[in-house]
Amino acid sequence: MIPLSHALILGAVLFSISVVGIFLNRKNLVILLMAIELLLLAVNINFIAFSYHLGDVAGQIFVFFILTVAAAESAIGLAILIVLFRARRTINVDDIDMLKG
Amino acid sequence: MTFLQFVFYLFSAITVFAAAMVVTVRNPVKSALYLVLAFFSAACIWMILHAEFLAIVLVLVYVGAVMVLFLFVVMMLDIDLARLRAGFTRYLPVGGLVALLMAIEIALALHVGFNAAPSQAVSALGPDTSNTQAIASVLYTDYVYALEIASLILLTAIIAAIVLTMRKRTDHKYTDPGHQVTVKREDRLKIIKMDSEKPQAADSAK
Repeated sequence: MIPLSHALILGAVLFSISVVGIFLNRKNLVILLMAIELLLLAVNINFIAFSYHLGDVAGQIFVFFILTVAAAESAIGLAILIVLFRARRTINVDDIDMLKG
Repeated sequence: MTFLQFVFYLFSAITVFAAAMVVTVRNPVKSALYLVLAFFSAACIWMILHAEFLAIVLVLVYVGAVMVLFLFVVMMLDIDLARLRAGFTRYLPVGGLVALLMAIEIALALHVGFNAAPSQAVSALGPDTSNTQAIASVLYTDYVYALEIASLILLTAIIAAIVLTMRKRTDHKYTDPGHQVTVKREDRLKIIKMDSEKPQAADSAK
């Protein structure tokens, strides 16, 4: 039997690694998208751990929907990335300042 | 420590290692491949935690589709790595510190709050039903509207991805069959009335 806290700590460590990935690779849009995928994976591990611990399948349903939304998000994100690269020949976040925000 | 626990910690270590490599490795292709490893070992962990259906879905959908999409995009783009890596070492100490503090804080909170062995509760359907059956029995009843919305989200993603990346090429030569069959003889062929050629003998006598 796996203690609940150990699975939750694994999720926390993964989440922290993804956050530091967003810190370090704040110029590379592809790695940023991958770090977001890792963040969602960490959250999903938490849901699965609670589902296992409580014997309730609702947590797994939630993970199912998170996977759906994450797949849609990465597909659209990569499409935007390709359009952006065609228009500007770069994926550097520093160069993408057309909106002057 | 039972064998199951050993496997759990082994896959946890692999997941954490792969995640660390995703964010620190230099080449985006290697980064995507390490992400595949992270997802794969996470799927093994989910299987240990009795989420067999989602583990298979993670491998099929994520490793099989999304990561291949990532690899395609990374290999299609011709990116200047040196510029993208600028500032990496500058942010490393502060980023590492933030991550370490965050991990320790969450771990402390979790270790105090959730230090209990798992309950022996089984799913509502009983111990001999499969995980897939348990998910399906609530997914198509209690969560049917959420399922419909999820399908709409996926449809939106399909349409958005196609619309965003489609472009009309101007240097493209193509034939339109509908246009081809409506062409009349008069559009293509012109008959010119002209005098017949002089006999060859007149030319050589000169």
